[in-house]
Amino acid sequence: MKPAKFEFHAARSPEEAVTLLDRYDGDARILAGGQSLVPLMNFRVLQPRALVSINHCPELNYIRQEDNYITVGALCRQIDAEQSSLVQSRCPLLAAALPWVGGVANRNRGTVCGSLAHADPLAEIPAVAMALDAQLNIRGARGLRTIPVGKFFVSDLTTAIEPGEMLESVKFPTASPNSGAAFVEVGNRAHGFAVVGVAAYLEVDNEGKCTLARLAAIGVGSTPVRLRIAEAVVERANNIDCALNDVANCSGDRLEPAGGFHADAEYKKEVVGVLVVRAIKKAYASYKIRSGH
Amino acid sequence: MSEKTSIRLRVNGTFYERSADPRTLLVDFLRHSIGLKGAHVGCAHGVCGACTVQIDSRAARSCLHFAIDLQGSDIKTVEGLANGDELHPIQQSFHENHALQCGYCTPGFLMTIEEFLRHNPNPTEEEIRESLADNICRCTGYANIVEAVMDAAKKLRGEVILEGGKDVSP
Repeated sequence: MKPAKFEFHAARSPEEAVTLLDRYDGDARILAGGQSLVPLMNFRVLQPRALVSINHCPELNYIRQEDNYITVGALCRQIDAEQSSLVQSRCPLLAAALPWVGGVANRNRGTVCGSLAHADPLAEIPAVAMALDAQLNIRGARGLRTIPVGKFFVSDLTTAIEPGEMLESVKFPTASPNSGAAFVEVGNRAHGFAVVGVAAYLEVDNEGKCTLARLAAIGVGSTPVRLRIAEAVVERANNIDCALNDVANCSGDRLEPAGGFHADAEYKKEVVGVLVVRAIKKAYASYKIRSGH
Repeated sequence: MSEKTSIRLRVNGTFYERSADPRTLLVDFLRHSIGLKGAHVGCAHGVCGACTVQIDSRAARSCLHFAIDLQGSDIKTVEGLANGDELHPIQQSFHENHALQCGYCTPGFLMTIEEFLRHNPNPTEEEIRESLADNICRCTGYANIVEAVMDAAKKLRGEVILEGGKDVSP
């Protein structure tokens, strides 16, 4: 199908973008890569009265290191983040997750912030943000506000971004030199929607003990969820290898995934444990390479 | 509501100015406003890859972009691949390896592969298969497309010498 009619505005700055949004009383959408928004418009699931494009705001296209954060601007395309040496070295979990996000043609246009703002419950980048306790910089008519990711995702396709606001950038805490990261998922097609996916970030000491574990899963709730029981098990174990059995068994605890066309709830609860083990092993292997152990 | 507006796009190095609605998708602007019918409409939601063109040298789904938003970008379609009557080496390889049957998906494959081989001139078969995963072909079973990409990579690396589309390598 084809999209319904809308008014189009090309903003030249983030300030202009929110001024334009403000005219439409919540019935305007920001257009960046359009890889999630335009399909929904083509299906006429979404029929916004106006689109405000930020594709002509070069000042929003950046990846920067600021203090202990990697900050990614709203116009940074996923492919640019994936290929960025700064992201690969300082935010390897994001670099590991990005190849799972759609095909190259989608990643060439889709943005990191757009995926967060769209908040599809099966999207990979929101899981990275959850695992790393990212911060979101949201611009409105009165300026910028920053919120932690724990308060950002409300439910599927719903975030704490208010009408008239836009996500201007996301800040990911930089990875420790003694860390490893991995993203794994199962799905029906390469680059298709995930059924379940797991993001893992581990900090490890010289004895192979995990001092910090951050695990987040997609496909088991209406937002990405932190697997705090599994995190605690990994952090309590004397070394990572001996935590794997327990983690496989407890990762699905307290999760209440909805059954779907491709997998029922029981399968998802089981496969999340399998994926957590895979993600931890892969993250541990990447730690060994990264730290030279 | 929205009215038709003048949209000016650079496609295959030529500027085209046409009157169109803001909601006009790039693929429809190419096909109906300009008359370049190489990019095909398959699923119209970014999954099948039949509409793939290049925006600023990168493969992109023309069904997921509004023409009005691409003013200032450089668009390349399958019509821009060949050099006059001489097929692009990837097109020549598709022809020689029988990498198409109905041909509906072919323009999207060509534009995807052109970018892929530019970044990875010496790919493994696995990398080729990975690069083709997001373009759907329901005729060939992909085997001949993979062959064609390997062959095209050789041609582009200069390991095969073509004259008028014929292999004249020593």
